[in-house]
Amino acid sequence: MSEISEGKFTAKDIAEKPELFLSGHRACAGCAPATVLRLIMKATRGPTIVTEATGCMEVASTIYPYTSWAAPWLHTAFETAGSNASGIEAALKILRKKGRIKNEQVDVVAFAGDGGTYDIGIQALSGAVERGHDFLFVLYDNEAYMNTGIQRSGGTPYGASTTTSQAGKAVPGKLEQKKPIADIMVAHDMPYVATASPYYWKDLIMKARKGIEVNGPAFLHVFAPCPRGWRSEPSKSIELSRLAVETCVFPLWEAINGEYQLSTPSKVMALAPQKKKPVKEYLQAQGRFRHLFTPQNEKMIDQIQAHTDEKWQRLLKRCGLMPPKTAA
Amino acid sequence: MKSVVKQEIQGLNGDEAVALAVKQCDVDVVAAYPITPQTIIVEKFSEYVANGEVETEYICTESEHSAMAACLAASATGARTFTASASAGLALMHEMLFVTSGCRAPVVMAIANRALSAPLNIHGDHSDAMAERDSGWIQIYCENAQEVYDSTIQAFRIAEHLDIQLPVMVGLDGFTLSHTLENVKTLSDGDVRRFVGTRQFPVVLTHEGKTVPYKLAPESPMTMGPIALPNYYFEFKRQQEEAMRNALAVIPQVHDEYAEMSGRSYGDGLLEQYALEDAEVAIVCLGSTAGTVKTVVDELRAEGVKAGLLRIRTYRPFPAEALVKALSSAKAVAVMERSMSFGGRGGAVFPEVRHAFYDAATRPFIVNYIHGLGGRDTNQTHIRRVYEDLQKIIRSRRVDDLVRFIGLRE
Repeated sequence: MSEISEGKFTAKDIAEKPELFLSGHRACAGCAPATVLRLIMKATRGPTIVTEATGCMEVASTIYPYTSWAAPWLHTAFETAGSNASGIEAALKILRKKGRIKNEQVDVVAFAGDGGTYDIGIQALSGAVERGHDFLFVLYDNEAYMNTGIQRSGGTPYGASTTTSQAGKAVPGKLEQKKPIADIMVAHDMPYVATASPYYWKDLIMKARKGIEVNGPAFLHVFAPCPRGWRSEPSKSIELSRLAVETCVFPLWEAINGEYQLSTPSKVMALAPQKKKPVKEYLQAQGRFRHLFTPQNEKMIDQIQAHTDEKWQRLLKRCGLMPPKTAA
Repeated sequence: MKSVVKQEIQGLNGDEAVALAVKQCDVDVVAAYPITPQTIIVEKFSEYVANGEVETEYICTESEHSAMAACLAASATGARTFTASASAGLALMHEMLFVTSGCRAPVVMAIANRALSAPLNIHGDHSDAMAERDSGWIQIYCENAQEVYDSTIQAFRIAEHLDIQLPVMVGLDGFTLSHTLENVKTLSDGDVRRFVGTRQFPVVLTHEGKTVPYKLAPESPMTMGPIALPNYYFEFKRQQEEAMRNALAVIPQVHDEYAEMSGRSYGDGLLEQYALEDAEVAIVCLGSTAGTVKTVVDELRAEGVKAGLLRIRTYRPFPAEALVKALSSAKAVAVMERSMSFGGRGGAVFPEVRHAFYDAATRPFIVNYIHGLGGRDTNQTHIRRVYEDLQKIIRSRRVDDLVRFIGLRE
């Protein structure tokens, strides 16, 4: 993997780089996925073709005859981000070989939400990665099918209330855990997998660029709060992106050729465990977890804390870091 | 008709004929998933790739759904694109077939027509392609391996024609055509390349105000496959229908141009008429069944029966007016088809043929014969009985059963 120069990504450089994901789209107030897409398009190194699964960002950015995309962009269906990227990459390769396109290098970036990645899109994604196509797949994870009205997905966390995992008298929200999608991608033996959060924008951009520059498939799992679906304040989306990292609910890491390493924001928590915040702080800011803060469901918060801790310990081990002596 | 170019006779089955045609058409991207009885196509093409005989990116996708999505995306990027499927594989592509025609991607696909489950059956019938009748694809059904070869080559010209820009499906009956060895006259690589040419692109206006070729290219950013709400969606669909209308003219043009070079023709490319000028009893059918029907027609003609055949080669777009004209002398018509529309009236083709006659000055009796489902053989005795039935109908001026079944335990 080529070294990324941090100097290329100063705030000034980012500000000066022309936008490829333009304003005027119809995303909701406080939509973190929109911020994520804009930042990632700032990380492109040159000519880039974008493909996007059906979902919030596709719908919000391309209502005909308008578009927010200043890069060539293709949408076909919900489950096709991986297969579309495969087709685009293969076409570019052969057309370049035959001299029918001039560009030396055209990068391919695929965007999909949690539905288009964890669930309906996982087969096409897995196939594309197995075949080794050279593309960056970006998962903007807002943890439910927000575009269709906040239905639960494989990426919805335990305990969250959605419109198909409703918190009621008999069932307290989603009873299953979030699928470890990034680990599943690492298990594909792919060259680059990373997690990112828009609060740590520089880390996010660096990782996107690494994913683009690496030869072969790369997967970037980006945490992306959705105020509508999470029943959170639109002004708190970026704050929640920070809290998720500080509570270790969503740790930031990279796996380069299968070798895990913590990214700086999470490393802070590893080196100074006292800085790790309780998950309660993260949960109480969101209406989707409101029902947990009742006497009959309180124990679920403890379960979420225990599960978060257990996963964090496992990650530390994977990163070759000694787990702290006492659990937070 | 004489061929104006040198040709070579090769022993090929239908699947091999497809693979050879695709090889000669300089296809840029093939994305496919194997399914019986299409498998020989992808295997043969893989052999070409392995031996460096083609300049093609060959993507072995993990499903037919991904195969069609990859073809669509490659086509949108500017590649000439091909895939092949059958039965359950085509059914799995269903969603993407509509997206491909809606994106106006000129993908070409061979379908080794096969029954749909359940019960599981790998043999020939038209249920798979008929279920995709309304997917916005041009549909061509072939009678023999020669026509499969010729039609696959023509399909790229039709699909990529600037007045069309629609995907094309070329059907070959499972096993009967896909796996049966025939003598196939093949053109030289050079002649095929000259005939298909390189892919042309319609010129469109981008949101940045540039006039550019319709494809994904960094120098001219374009948003393809957007969301279109009730205020615009309808116009997209109307334009697809316009392209289908255009295909009614373009398919015969491409067919004739090919016929001039190769010396081979299939009616006008849309419909093939056989002993139909003065026919009183006529069969309408699709695909390989036509070969058997032709044999019976010859026998009946020798016996003095005015029998004829109309083979629908192009089913989408449906050449309704030409069909009525071609059958103008017929007093009784049997529509034979290898698929069912359960709970409807027979198969999909039957109501369409009858509907075509609604405004005609004179209307023949028109009945439906469902036959050959799941690879059940339709032989000359069956066909002869159909013509006898038609003669009876003319004599009695009565139709007892509008929809009948051939070669069935009842």
